[in-house]
Amino acid sequence: MTDNRFFNRSELIGILVLAVFLVVVLPLTLDVFRLNLVAKYLTYAFVALGLVICWGYGGILSLGQGVFFGLGGYCMAMFLKLEASSVENTKIQSTPGIPDFMDWNQITALPFFWKPFNSLTFTIAAIILVPGIFAWIIGTAMFKRRVGGTYFAIITQAVAAIMTILIVGQQGYTGGINGMTDLRTLKGWDIRPDHAKIVLYFFEVGCLFVCIMIAQFVRHSKLGRILVAMREKEDRVRFSGYSVANFKIFAFCIAAMFAAIGGAMFALNVGFMSPSFVGIVPSIEMVIYTAVGGRLSILGAIYGTLLVSFAKTSLSETFPELWLFGLGGLFIAVVLAFPNGLAGIWGDYVQPRIDRLIASRKSKPDGWTDSSVADGAPAE
Amino acid sequence: MSDEANKGLLSPLRRKLLMGMAAVPALTMLPRASFAQAPATSAVNTTGLAVTDTEVTVGILHSATGTMAISETGSIEAEKLAIEQINAMGGVLGRKIKFIQEDGASDWPTFAEKAKKLLVNDKVAAIMGCWTSASRKAVLPVMEQYNGMLYYPTFYEGLEQSKNVIYTGQEATQQILAGLNWIAKEKGAKTFFFIGSDYIWPRTSNKIARKHVENVLKGKVVGEEYYALGSTQFNSVINKIKLTKPDVIFTDVVGGSNVAFYKQLKAAGIDLAKQPLLTISVTEDEIDGIGGENIAGAYACMKYFQSLDNANNKAFVPAFKKAWGEKTVIGDVTQAAYLGPWLWKLTVEKAGSFDVDKIAAASPGVEFKGAPEGYVRIHENHHLWSKTRVGRAKLDGQFELIYETADLVEPDPFPKGYQ
Repeated sequence: MTDNRFFNRSELIGILVLAVFLVVVLPLTLDVFRLNLVAKYLTYAFVALGLVICWGYGGILSLGQGVFFGLGGYCMAMFLKLEASSVENTKIQSTPGIPDFMDWNQITALPFFWKPFNSLTFTIAAIILVPGIFAWIIGTAMFKRRVGGTYFAIITQAVAAIMTILIVGQQGYTGGINGMTDLRTLKGWDIRPDHAKIVLYFFEVGCLFVCIMIAQFVRHSKLGRILVAMREKEDRVRFSGYSVANFKIFAFCIAAMFAAIGGAMFALNVGFMSPSFVGIVPSIEMVIYTAVGGRLSILGAIYGTLLVSFAKTSLSETFPELWLFGLGGLFIAVVLAFPNGLAGIWGDYVQPRIDRLIASRKSKPDGWTDSSVADGAPAE
Repeated sequence: MSDEANKGLLSPLRRKLLMGMAAVPALTMLPRASFAQAPATSAVNTTGLAVTDTEVTVGILHSATGTMAISETGSIEAEKLAIEQINAMGGVLGRKIKFIQEDGASDWPTFAEKAKKLLVNDKVAAIMGCWTSASRKAVLPVMEQYNGMLYYPTFYEGLEQSKNVIYTGQEATQQILAGLNWIAKEKGAKTFFFIGSDYIWPRTSNKIARKHVENVLKGKVVGEEYYALGSTQFNSVINKIKLTKPDVIFTDVVGGSNVAFYKQLKAAGIDLAKQPLLTISVTEDEIDGIGGENIAGAYACMKYFQSLDNANNKAFVPAFKKAWGEKTVIGDVTQAAYLGPWLWKLTVEKAGSFDVDKIAAASPGVEFKGAPEGYVRIHENHHLWSKTRVGRAKLDGQFELIYETADLVEPDPFPKGYQ
């Protein structure tokens, strides 16, 4: 792979199939309630996408992606909460005009760090930059000291735990364990009715494809090659004169920003943000999505997220008391039988047959059998 | 709505609706149709709820899995028992109650999602559900947006009132003030030490308790400490208690933390027979985990104890045990959850309709004389008038009733002077 194109032919087909699936098939077959659930699942797909770059390609396992998901989500939720807490809506409180949970906690004025969130422009910038800068700080502190592998995973997990404790503890400023509920409008546009849900769904899918493009670009650029090289033999890359730390920081920051966009989408689509998406358990769940989908496949991660989330919802609807066992069984089965996840199944079993089928029809051998399979990245 | 999307959800319902409609002409041929007296569905259901000529569907939404399952299981059992009993008596407006149970999984957004599913997909006529304040806060906007009716069983912090919720537990002032008055009078208590779990309910409850202690009882709060949910290390606060020697320890620690707290209290040599402790968060359910020997002597302040000696309760406790096993215990919230389906039935019959708007309007004034706690009535603010009681924990894990208010206490979710 010497060129810097965004994708080769089979990847292009895969992306088009996904686009048709998300933009045409799902909206036509699902009612608004189910479509909104898909929108919720897709917010995790952003995180999974980031993990493909950071974990699948860079080999950096982060068990703290929930932190960035949460930061993005809270930034969005703060903006929405402020808009929902107009003096008129909150006149029942001791101090009207501030979010309800502040009033319960005897805070009488809006804290300084909340004030900029009155501006949508600032909020959008903060959604990307706050988690990005935070990831950069963690990354710099860790990777420059050559902390990696398991130690890094443990530290990210600790960060997730600390973040939860901080949010729960500072409930006057964050809403505590209840989180921020009852988000209503975005610049006066009601985000709750059905037609708004549909618009938000398509907006989210659009953002997801932008992120997929960025991920594809990273993967096909020289940068992506260095990430893979680092994962396989870090010392060799270092001795070749590359600054390994900087590349790792970059991958980690990208993953953090993707997660943050997902978090912001979550707040918009679900109308809710709470510390239950920030801690250790959701962070590990996000890694599981990626593992089930296939950590080396950009599209696999998205299908994996959709599949696991869907299984979660339908199992819990059908077996309210037993569903967790079913879900646990699914994870164990996938990890034991198919270590490369869904994408592995596709790459090992399905794609070769399709290739053979195409090859048998065409007389000349195919020029595009891609090298990405060689670096362990079966495309969809 | 496509068939594929609702596979297994709407289609059985639709089938039943069709079957119901098909049965209409046949009805005229049946001389003794049991539901012939029931009012026509079109008259009692004008908003498209899941009501047929023979059935009405409600939702049960609690955590069957996760950390809250241990507390919420009792509520699920109580609600199912109430529904069964109502059906045995002929149902509501001639219709049997059918329930759809969903699992909130101790996860607040899941609660919101499932509530939405129950209202939008299943069109349930009412939802019995939620336990923690956080889950209620998550569900509330959904109830208001889709105009559902929630019967919420837990004692909670107040500062809330909604057309779409009936609060069958006590709000904070109802639960706390009478207990504080009693202990101040009975034990001559002047100094109080507050310990709570760190979230909205203990914080708000303690705020109310502090105002009452300082402004009304003219006492003093000598310490106020909070611990994260699930904490198990209470040694430092126990040392502070030993130093400050409060007349009363006032606690609202919730869930599993209680086990550690009372064991450590006992290990530190604080004898609850001599050191008064008033809790608003320990019911019979929690004592099951704490162990009667670790908490015997502590006072609890709420509206219901399993040991209450009245005719309703003497029928309720054996019925509950028969349905769910001899060893089950019944706490305050379990009893409040049992009230939900009954209050809903009585309200529907008063309104003569399943429509949510009519139920919301008819709720104030509805009284339930068969309540295990004695008698309750719905206030205009959708909370319940109820008595407040103080019980003393015994070795066998039951409470012995020590004191109860003479009259029903008025619910006051937005208490003046306590905010």
